Amino acid sequence: MDSALIPKGVKRCPLWQFLLFIGAVGIVLLWGVYAMLLCWFKGLNQTNMNDYYGFALWIWADLAVIAVGGGAFFTGLLRYIFGKDELKNIINYAVLIGFICYSSALLILAIDIGQPLRGWFIFWHANVHSMLTEVAFCLSCYFGVLTIEYLPLVLENRQIDKVPFFHHLGHNMHEIMAVFAATGAFLSFFHQGSLGGVAGVLFGRPFAYREGVFIWPWTFFLFTWSAAACGPCFTILVTKITEKVTRKKLVKDNAIELLAKISGWMILTYIIAKTVDTWYWATVTAPSKGFTLMEFYSNNALYGIWILVAEILICGYIPAFILITKKGRKNPLGVWIAIILAVIGVCLNRWVMVLQVMAVPVMTFDHWALYYPSWQEVATTILPVAYGVILIAISYRYLPVFPNEAEMNPIEPLPEEAAAIEPSMAPEQELTPAEA
Amino acid sequence: MFPFNFEWIWDMGHTVFMGGLWYALTIIGIGMTYCIIKAAIDASKKNGEHHH
Amino acid sequence: MKNNLNHRFGMVIDLDKCTGCGSCMVACMAENNVPFRKDESDKLLSITWMRVFRLNNGKPFPETDICYLPRPCMQCAGLHEGHSPCVSVCPATATDYGMETGIVSQIYTRCFGCRYCMASCPYHSRYFNWWDPIWPDGMEKYLSPNVSPRMRGVVEKCSFCYHRYQLAKDKAFMDGGRELKENEYQTACTQACPANAITFGDLNNPDHAVHRMVKPDLEHGGRPQNPHAFRLLERLGTNPKVYYLSSRKWIRHAGDNYLKNEAKMKKPVHHG
Repeated sequence: MDSALIPKGVKRCPLWQFLLFIGAVGIVLLWGVYAMLLCWFKGLNQTNMNDYYGFALWIWADLAVIAVGGGAFFTGLLRYIFGKDELKNIINYAVLIGFICYSSALLILAIDIGQPLRGWFIFWHANVHSMLTEVAFCLSCYFGVLTIEYLPLVLENRQIDKVPFFHHLGHNMHEIMAVFAATGAFLSFFHQGSLGGVAGVLFGRPFAYREGVFIWPWTFFLFTWSAAACGPCFTILVTKITEKVTRKKLVKDNAIELLAKISGWMILTYIIAKTVDTWYWATVTAPSKGFTLMEFYSNNALYGIWILVAEILICGYIPAFILITKKGRKNPLGVWIAIILAVIGVCLNRWVMVLQVMAVPVMTFDHWALYYPSWQEVATTILPVAYGVILIAISYRYLPVFPNEAEMNPIEPLPEEAAAIEPSMAPEQELTPAEA
Repeated sequence: MFPFNFEWIWDMGHTVFMGGLWYALTIIGIGMTYCIIKAAIDASKKNGEHHH
Repeated sequence: MKNNLNHRFGMVIDLDKCTGCGSCMVACMAENNVPFRKDESDKLLSITWMRVFRLNNGKPFPETDICYLPRPCMQCAGLHEGHSPCVSVCPATATDYGMETGIVSQIYTRCFGCRYCMASCPYHSRYFNWWDPIWPDGMEKYLSPNVSPRMRGVVEKCSFCYHRYQLAKDKAFMDGGRELKENEYQTACTQACPANAITFGDLNNPDHAVHRMVKPDLEHGGRPQNPHAFRLLERLGTNPKVYYLSSRKWIRHAGDNYLKNEAKMKKPVHHG
């Protein structure tokens, strides 16, 4: 029924199956939307946040999706600025994943603020000294860049492409994509860093506070570096999950391997820097405020030293060593383990830099504050995931997201012949169900 | 955000920060304007050729 | 740090005098139209601009000792004037540092509720309005007309009763633009304290009691020169304007964090 919209030379599942899937995920989405409306109409009393936990699950989700969405800017940088041509097979998907991550982050922020209708104050009455201001500006601008990067893909839809204006617009945007990618990388460097700065500048919170260079605490650079390192791992992870679900090979191994290798070296250099930073903080910065390292990791039910071991050793050094070795990259299980650990690692880092910062007591007579999210917070955090799955499903079905898909998954009749067949005659019912 | 906002000060912070912001926005704006205008011209050219 | 403020309003709280009666908390709530809930027992959700903490020295009877510590907003100046933990982070310039008074303001209609300032404050002096304020029937008639009530979704905190400063200034202006006298601008908690534990005034003015009591070293971040005076979390560089006095060493040590080799004093235990 919708075959006229489906890219040429590729198989897609029957429409009913696609709609059934969208419907199922849509129910989760609606659950999230309901919770979102509750928060907007009834206020943030719908959450389990409190005066000790002004920042909680949502801020973590924001930082985490932006970190893993870093794959878009870094892959774009490698593809368009450093000329890594192999990555052209995965760049579309990296951009789509980035687009989902950033739109999700903006949505979560819109729910998270106490007076959503005043959200524009952050731009209008900007305090240029606040890290959050920089985050808001760069995040919004970069979301614009991602939209610009995603748009040509939408314009490549078979029917849209028939309109001469859209055809040329898509072509022209491709032509100067390097300019947009460079702007995106510039913006990303700052907002990823500023998100690190959000915690690093808190000189009233010795657990978060870091020294640094000029106005930027070390966390500024660590966050940018870790997003560039672990973002591509998330891109690979989502690509591999998509391949599993569609039961197709969608991206050539050379693209994945190159990205994995670069990611591996980035993770290694990042985690060495993180180790040095942690060491300096534990032995110099925190003691200068009267704290020992173990005070941050004891006398509470959750935050033990295990979290530091998990973040740095297990989710840092292990994926780095797997991905920098050729043997590791050639081993499918090894790659799976590495990319999952890297993604967990960066999410854990964001958790620690938001939630544990709130939990640690600073005044001597204060106490640890632990928190668990309300269902409204959980639902609104799952909401972007459902939205992402739906957008990926629609994009995959109707847009040429993977340029090599047709070549790697030839269908009968051969693509050349299929192109000659009228869309209405396409043998839809005989196709292998392949959509997700 | 704009110099006419009452909290605006012409200091280093505002100049660097807002300079960077407007620089990025200008590049994005000029880039997109170029793409759209060129696409319109290209499309009209093709249409013209087609009609003749 | 240069002492370039006209005034540096500050508070000195004598912990040896404080009985923990809570009058300061009550006076503060009434004065500033602080909203409350039916059940105020969850202190992580209730709004208390002035909050009294109870400390003990962690020792068993008969050596056990307790102390009540009232905690308003510290009106931090930071390492350089105006670089308070909260003011520097507010993205919408909704909290500002008064260069004339040293008081940290909160602009309720500007705040959009991101709560970054709350995350930055180690004293937990900032509170979020999780609910819209609901006053018991008739009580709205008793609200102070000088302080705007806050709406749901914004942050609020102690302002050192800034409206009283404005009223006093207005009066002084009408009297020919004279200088304020010490007793003309006093906070509600100061006046309500039955034990006279709270003293308020201009730390810059050598004639004011607060200055005489703590002898702030304004060349060095306002550190107290009175050996019995201390500030909470002095080592963080927040540079607060609230000073505490106590003759008891364990209380002075409870004001900050120390490594084991720095202070052998056992940390006090917090109760409520």
